[in-house]
Amino acid sequence: MPLELDISRLYYSQVNKIIRDYIEKGEREFIIRGVNGHRYLFAGVSAEVKVELYGTPGLDLGAFMRGPVIRVFGNVQDGAGNTMDEGKIIVHGMAGDVVGYAMRGGKIHIYGDVGYRVGIHMKAYMDKVPVIVIGGKAGDFLGEYMAGGIIILLGMNTLYPERPIAGLFLGTGMHGGAIYVRGKVKESYLGLGLKPYPLDGEDEKLLEKHLKEYCEDFGLDLSEIFKEDFIKIIPYTHRPYGKLYAY
Amino acid sequence: MWNIALRAKELSGCGIAGIIHRKGELIPGEMILKAICCQYERGNGLGAGFAAYGIYPELHEYYALHVMAQNKQALEKVEEFLQKHTFLNFQEPIPTKKVKTIKDPPLFKRYFVRPKFDEEEAEFCDITAEDDRMVQLVMEINEKIDGAYVISSGKNMGVFKGVGFPDEIAEFFRIDEYKAFIWTAHNRFPTNTPGWWGGAHPFTILDWSIVHNGEISSYGTNRRYLELFGYKCTLLTDTEVVAYILDLLIRKHGLPLELACKAMAPPFWMEIDEMPEEERELYTAIRILYGGAVLNGPFAILFAYNGGLVGLNDRVKLRPLVAASKGDLYFMASEEAAIRAICPDPERVWAPKAGEPVIVEMEEGVIPNQKSYLKPRPAEVKEDALRIGYLPPLLFSSK
Repeated sequence: MPLELDISRLYYSQVNKIIRDYIEKGEREFIIRGVNGHRYLFAGVSAEVKVELYGTPGLDLGAFMRGPVIRVFGNVQDGAGNTMDEGKIIVHGMAGDVVGYAMRGGKIHIYGDVGYRVGIHMKAYMDKVPVIVIGGKAGDFLGEYMAGGIIILLGMNTLYPERPIAGLFLGTGMHGGAIYVRGKVKESYLGLGLKPYPLDGEDEKLLEKHLKEYCEDFGLDLSEIFKEDFIKIIPYTHRPYGKLYAY
Repeated sequence: MWNIALRAKELSGCGIAGIIHRKGELIPGEMILKAICCQYERGNGLGAGFAAYGIYPELHEYYALHVMAQNKQALEKVEEFLQKHTFLNFQEPIPTKKVKTIKDPPLFKRYFVRPKFDEEEAEFCDITAEDDRMVQLVMEINEKIDGAYVISSGKNMGVFKGVGFPDEIAEFFRIDEYKAFIWTAHNRFPTNTPGWWGGAHPFTILDWSIVHNGEISSYGTNRRYLELFGYKCTLLTDTEVVAYILDLLIRKHGLPLELACKAMAPPFWMEIDEMPEEERELYTAIRILYGGAVLNGPFAILFAYNGGLVGLNDRVKLRPLVAASKGDLYFMASEEAAIRAICPDPERVWAPKAGEPVIVEMEEGVIPNQKSYLKPRPAEVKEDALRIGYLPPLLFSSK
């Protein structure tokens, strides 16, 4: 039986203490209701726990965490998955800015749109490859300074039909990892040293694997997603700014 | 002396919140308080404040001056000045309550006035001239009367602000006793400028009020630009310039609201290059003419006037801003949770784009002194145009 908590009257630091105490005692499943603006939920938690959150969690949800699988029935605010290491955040709504900042492992699945600077500074090392899948559209600076990992942008479940699928400065300063976009982006929106490429067989396998899991999370139809072609955005040089000051 | 606490640079994270009822129905003060307190950690106790519109309906013909003074002598000087330059209809201390954590607050008094004119000037006396005169008088008090500041000067509105957390400042000013059709609130975390009573947000001039999260790195440029038009920056905080830029661009130069916002947070040249010709010409002109009004640095601001509430981000969205609506109520805040704290089930929640204002104006004819700035208006002052260029209305008449 999962442990049920209503935290609507509690301050975030109390909530985090209660959660940690329960985890310490061996509790592995949580259903938490009345979430509204509580910061740092499950931040730094190093345990394989399953969580359902109802409401709008506050800033830095799951920051630095290693292991928890958090399903959010609502929207998440800025900084969700900040520097997370392992685990998963599934958002049945939209997300704010700087989601998955400096992420080094684990997954973030978002049903709808995301804000600005999502997935910036993402990195990867050996078998640690962080993945962010965005069902809607993204603001400016998606994947800025990205050094590794995967961002998949679908542009499907969006509140903003008038906006482009990704904003300006897409992948600026990126020197590793890959951004997959369903559809097209204007090349003028791309950061320096980046190019869109068609997918090869490896890419297709990888996309299918990640998107299958994404569709299972939200009960979506995978074939619907593959009705449109993807492009892959990667740096064509390892050091895009290497010659900036050396003419 | 003012107790001006200047701290070493800390991480910034002010919180802002605003509510407007499009049909002018009154919203109790508890509501805005709840929204700003949901963002408690965004402040550090060095400043909080509220702007309320529609709180003086019986005296709506008069400019409501909220005056903050260090001592009685300063207040007396203000009164002497007002006797000389205004018709004073009514005055009273602003009701406050003792709050344990608020030590040595300044004195607060409100005056309901209309400016006096010389006989010659009186012939031309209209709303515009009255507004201009009020701006001058406020600048004069703030600059010349030691220890006294006018913290708000609009009709049927007022600002309540000071050093403390939002709940403390609300208790001090008895915010729960007011009802307003527009509220804005601020929870301050000062980073580069002192945390003192005058430096708390909102900042105002006439009925413009502004709350701000971020920092305006272009303060020096903006300040020098505004000084050319007679605005004096006396409150030691960057945000002050925004209030005066709004007054200059919108009220004086007649720019429609949206374009004024684009002057403050202009599109990048690379975006302008891709625009169709007419638009390109317009935005090029704006960037050239209003270079001094560009706000550089990270910001999310909310500003209000008698008739509207506007949210605006810097052009790369370095500070958060969320908007939502339910029926005639519109909400804007730093965090979605702040909105859900007072409206758990909004019909729409959205993240405004960087540099694109969210403008919510009230329905026509629902409040006294109602203003609408959606459309361009004729520039009010021509000599400005001679001294420093202003935009030929032709350029934006199609807007």
